[in-house]
Amino acid sequence: MITSEGPKGVELLDQLGKSGDGKPPLGCMQCGLCAASCPLGDAMEFPPRKLILQAISGNLEKVLQSPSLWMCVACYTCSHRCPRDIELTDGLWPALRDRAMQQGFQPPAELQETFENVFKYGNTLGKSPRQRMDWAKDLDVRVLDLSKEPRPVDVLWLVGCYPSYYPRNQVVARAFARILTELGISWGVLGTKEKAIGECDRMFGEEGLFETLVEENRKLLDHQRFQKLVVLDPHAFRALQNFYPRFGAWYPVEHYTTFLAERLEQLKPLLVKPVEATATYHDNCCVGRRCGCYDPPRSLLQLIPGLKLVEMTRNRDNALCCGGGGGGMWLDAHIVAHGGRRLSDERVRQAADTGATTLAVSCPYELSRFEDAAKVTGLEGRLIVRDIIELLAESMDLGERSNS
Amino acid sequence: MNIAVVIRQVPDLIEPLEVDSTGMSLDLGSASFIVNESDDHALEQAILLKEAGGGTVTVVALDYGDVDNTLYTAAAKGVDRIVKISLDGAPPPPHAAAAMLAEAIRPLGADLALVGVQAHNELEGVLAPLLAAGLGLPYVGVIRGVKAGAEAGTISACKEFPGAVMARLTVKLPAVLGILGAEQPPRYVPVSRIRAAMKSTQFEEQTAAATGGEPLVAIRRLYPPAPAARAEMLAGSETEVAARIAAILREKGLVK
Repeated sequence: MITSEGPKGVELLDQLGKSGDGKPPLGCMQCGLCAASCPLGDAMEFPPRKLILQAISGNLEKVLQSPSLWMCVACYTCSHRCPRDIELTDGLWPALRDRAMQQGFQPPAELQETFENVFKYGNTLGKSPRQRMDWAKDLDVRVLDLSKEPRPVDVLWLVGCYPSYYPRNQVVARAFARILTELGISWGVLGTKEKAIGECDRMFGEEGLFETLVEENRKLLDHQRFQKLVVLDPHAFRALQNFYPRFGAWYPVEHYTTFLAERLEQLKPLLVKPVEATATYHDNCCVGRRCGCYDPPRSLLQLIPGLKLVEMTRNRDNALCCGGGGGGMWLDAHIVAHGGRRLSDERVRQAADTGATTLAVSCPYELSRFEDAAKVTGLEGRLIVRDIIELLAESMDLGERSNS
Repeated sequence: MNIAVVIRQVPDLIEPLEVDSTGMSLDLGSASFIVNESDDHALEQAILLKEAGGGTVTVVALDYGDVDNTLYTAAAKGVDRIVKISLDGAPPPPHAAAAMLAEAIRPLGADLALVGVQAHNELEGVLAPLLAAGLGLPYVGVIRGVKAGAEAGTISACKEFPGAVMARLTVKLPAVLGILGAEQPPRYVPVSRIRAAMKSTQFEEQTAAATGGEPLVAIRRLYPPAPAARAEMLAGSETEVAARIAAILREKGLVK
């Protein structure tokens, strides 16, 4: 049932400014830089500027029922460029999506299934929690399951949903396990107890689901003794660094790119096999544009013998998003229906334009997004998508290679 | 209109199902449970009828297989009452379940009882008609969509027949309907609402006296289907394979 309970637009925007870490949306001066910068802004009925204007003008309902509410892919470009420093991506969009669902507006069907999967099974893919360790079956290095054998470790690695379950990403998980072992790091995982961190659920506006996950993850993590969390997923990094502390859940966390880049000296002699490739690197939005971390992934790639790194025209804080954030991973049909294109298709063309044969990535979503994009843009075979972890493992001569 | 909705939990097929040591039933200890899909549609249909014409919705469920989670979700969707029937042991077979549910539904004085028309763990989809028989009410099954009737004391139900033939029926109330699908897919409710429902919802807990008597159908053995080696792999060039496929279709009488 659609209801119109809750504060009006102006009050909602005012509240947002008090809860987020940016400045309140009421400070918007309608310059339009956000809408012009947004990679899907031209296709949105209500890009950020218009959205704020409508909310202030008392037309919140119009915004809440528009398909454009579900088109933001959380690339942070608008937040990054806003001259008033308004927290558009982390604050405004999730709050409006939350409000829409609270008032009974239904999110796109493809997204509902993802929410339900996370709520029921603790993972976005709708897989059995009991199969969460399948990625490590017959692995040639020991994986310490801290849920079964609790003991102090230096690194508690949160494997993540896609690396745990999705075959293409399982290759990366196995390679990372080998690299951690090769580096002599004391590490462990949460085994079948691990759950989604919930960044995407929060960005979708499923605040209640996110809170549930924070509570469940706290119960798991507070029982363990570790120096730091390491994650493969930049979204999990962002959530653990910025959203979990709002619930009093503070854990030292690193994305794998910075974690490994701190060990360049140790890695260098281990990179024995040249990887003959011209590679370009796609900056993911959470570790890149949002956290300003551009050099660590590049320093890892430049360390690999034989590999030549070239840059896309749009790189670093100007990088184009893969389209998978903010729920975009599960909204391709919705975004194509209302936006007419997929950002990942544009991005692989930009990568191919550099002359690179390898597109290096550092986010679990990007492997399948860009591999699919290479297929639909006719670049399959010309552009190979590989995680930095796979390239490092190959150079370290650590077994298994991806099928791509 | 006052509507009663039956909700059943069924084993979740994301886990492999196993037959227990008796060889007569599933090993429910290793199974996880989810709401039966057509019951979820029955619930959605009931809420749509309430939103359109007022009245109340009461959910009635047997207490097994994490049913509480499903009932809290139902509460978050806006049902008025939740009756939960406690059980001594394993989930009962359909005839016993129907007797227990009939006993709980009878005193509600509902105009309409909606039940999912099938459940994947139930033989022949018998629960809904058995419930109607137990209540002494008329029954129509395989319903896709229910609306208020043109006259008071009736509803208009859309029944699906084989071969995609649809019929619009006027059903005199009270009645029991076996729901295949609601007029729209079951709605999504945000988790914050479910969490709020967990704090505020009171279940009306009952025990059942009815047993349903002797089973109508006895299970002799439960086993996974044995794979049959009937597949014929076609080899050869595309033209040869295509010709062979065409020949097979003709042999089987599927094309002339």
